[in-house]
Amino acid sequence: MAVNLATLRSKVELALTGRVAAPFTYRDRHVVETVSTGIAEIDSLAGGLPRGALTEVFGPACSGRTSLLFSALAARTAHAEACALIDGCDAFDPYSAEAAGVELKQLLWVRCRNIEQTLRATDLLLQGGGFGFIALDLSDMRAEVLRHVPLDAWFRFRRAVEDTPTILFVLEPESNAKTCASLVLRMEAEPTRWSTTLETSSADFFRHPFSWLFDGLGIRAEMIRSRMPRNAPNGFQNHFASVGRSEVFETSAVPGYLTVPRIEPAPK
Amino acid sequence: MAFASIHVPNFLVQAAVRAEPRLRARAVALVDGTPPIWNVVAANEAALQAGIELGMAKSQAAQFRNVEIRHRSRLQEKSAHAALLDLGASISPRMEDTAPDTIILDIAGLTSLFGSEANIARRLMRHASSLGLIAHVAVSSNLEVALHAARGFSGITLIPPGEEAKRLGRLPVRALLPSAEILETLERWGVRDCAALAALPLLQLSERLGQEGVRLHELGRGASLRSIALAEPAVHFEEEMALDFAVAELEPLAFLLGRLLDQLCARLQARALAACAIRLRFDLEDSFEKDFQVLSENSPAKLAPKTYEKVLGLPVPMRDSKMLLKLLRLQLQSDPPHASIVKIILSAEPARPRAAQGGLFLPSCPDPEKLELTIGRLANLVGNANIGSPELVDTHRPGEFRMKRFVPASDESRIFHKNGNAPAAHICQEDHTSNQSRAATAFRIFRPEVQAKVELQDGCPTRIYFRGMRGNIVTASGPWRTSGDWWREDTWQQDEWEVDIRFDSSASSRNERIPNSRAQDGLYRIYYDSIRAAWFARGRYD
Repeated sequence: MAVNLATLRSKVELALTGRVAAPFTYRDRHVVETVSTGIAEIDSLAGGLPRGALTEVFGPACSGRTSLLFSALAARTAHAEACALIDGCDAFDPYSAEAAGVELKQLLWVRCRNIEQTLRATDLLLQGGGFGFIALDLSDMRAEVLRHVPLDAWFRFRRAVEDTPTILFVLEPESNAKTCASLVLRMEAEPTRWSTTLETSSADFFRHPFSWLFDGLGIRAEMIRSRMPRNAPNGFQNHFASVGRSEVFETSAVPGYLTVPRIEPAPK
Repeated sequence: MAFASIHVPNFLVQAAVRAEPRLRARAVALVDGTPPIWNVVAANEAALQAGIELGMAKSQAAQFRNVEIRHRSRLQEKSAHAALLDLGASISPRMEDTAPDTIILDIAGLTSLFGSEANIARRLMRHASSLGLIAHVAVSSNLEVALHAARGFSGITLIPPGEEAKRLGRLPVRALLPSAEILETLERWGVRDCAALAALPLLQLSERLGQEGVRLHELGRGASLRSIALAEPAVHFEEEMALDFAVAELEPLAFLLGRLLDQLCARLQARALAACAIRLRFDLEDSFEKDFQVLSENSPAKLAPKTYEKVLGLPVPMRDSKMLLKLLRLQLQSDPPHASIVKIILSAEPARPRAAQGGLFLPSCPDPEKLELTIGRLANLVGNANIGSPELVDTHRPGEFRMKRFVPASDESRIFHKNGNAPAAHICQEDHTSNQSRAATAFRIFRPEVQAKVELQDGCPTRIYFRGMRGNIVTASGPWRTSGDWWREDTWQQDEWEVDIRFDSSASSRNERIPNSRAQDGLYRIYYDSIRAAWFARGRYD
């Protein structure tokens, strides 16, 4: 029996020569490298963003998805990584991103008009390779349109980033990537924070609207799925146990009327 | 002192074959003249063997079915000569541009770089072959000897010092390029080679043929001495092709462009240079329909331009002809010429090739060549204006920015940090303990802006209607007035509000195209445009 097995094994290996290097060798899952999102609460919840994997962030409008994206982009561009944003609905605001710390020179912005363009652009960027962070922003697309994205597109994206240092970061109104995503986070808005110069008890928005200032958003992030191994590096352990757990973080406001463009002096 | 002479035999035919490599194995004859009188001016060996004779009329030459007839092209000859100069410059900067088909190089002291003189000659032959030329190379310590040996002997000829007269002895007198009258005289005397010429007594030869005879005698003995006349190094890389038939489709055009790019890149490589930009110019055929239409409107000023120009700027110098062809194709696909093409002019702006040192600890960065190709494909997909790196402009006008070419910096030290902190030394040791300062609230813009209806109460917005949804404003902050550019036509004056909206669910339930309105609740930025007297929603915080 053992001889037969060995013969069979050698025959299979011979047949697969040139196509598969070692068909019977167990391919050990490599250690997942994670990087910071730039938000301590999310890092402690999810262990950071995994490289070579698809991260899906979903939630309703105004739930802080874009704030998380900008924070991650700021962290990646600060480390001189080339980043790309495939903007499905052309909703990216460069001023807001700049205020969030994103180094715009390191960001390739692809402005798409529909889902077909968006998916094709993602394919092209993933095939091109070399990007440290690719964000696919489908936040403002209708959920019905996104539900019709074939599942093989998500599998293709996952396969394209595997064994690369690229982080594929997808923003959506609802989760669609299913098992292709290694990390899934659901975002929810907490009550908006306002500050006023008046007595809080007697203050009325509608009588003194100019005395109120938008202070920031409160955001709740819940981890829906994580495929990171139990003994992940960087001290983050047992993330399977934290599925379903949530963390709340806050953002600070950068009011539009105070946003002053930062123009670098022209080189001499 | 040593000189290498490179001679391209049958230069006119070789220039034509270089532009059309499939002719290499065929019998080729070139015709030239004033229409309708065309005569054969050059032919290769196969054509001569087939019966073609120089001076033959085109109509006679056309009788030979197996002979390819082509018109002589000065453009092709110019390109071939430029390629020959590049070939010389790839070995030595000290070069004499002797004739369109011949150059002479000073190769003294180059043996330590390229090996023996024989190695240099072999290298020249190899480079000539890569440039599409078949050359004869001769090396000698005497410049004139090298020149005439290259013209007279095929392949590589190495003439050691002291053997010039002996080696040149077999060379026909015709190779010394005497005048027709003197050549005829020498032939009548029975002097056919240089050995016979050198054997003539110099004084009597001088009496009969004058100074020209003395010069030929010196040349025949290999005793003529002159200095090299150095040529100015040309840094103009241009390839041209005039087409017999106009090309209208991209596929055959790409084939021709590929051929020109191959030649251009080979020339750049010969000079150890690369291209930082490719300039493309097409001469276009007159388009009858368009011109007719325009002329019928009696407006000759509206005539379509007869040329098409395109500049392919490259982020890093490149000389990969296949990559350049892909980029050119993408450019032509996105903006094709409006008429058929009759002439192609392709020029390269030379630059030093990129020399980059990789590093283990440098962040991942796309390969510049591949990135350019990816950007080209994306630009083809979404449009040139919709891809790039956003750049803020020095204005307070809301939403103003411009797109520029995406050129990522791979060096961390080049990244500007607003907080002034130096970046981490090694990205592998990334600190996951993020700084405790809050993340900035991101803003998403509606492009184009969405017109809205707003109900006011005491000057404060209380209800809003837009995108088919109706909502109550539960909190409002404002108005924040901005204005500017009063000197321009598109001046602006706006009162901005930040409003927290709770939408009614009834509207969306009636209309499937309206998104779930409760899921759209949140903080929006709206504004009243005083100039257009209307409310708009600018975007929302997310």
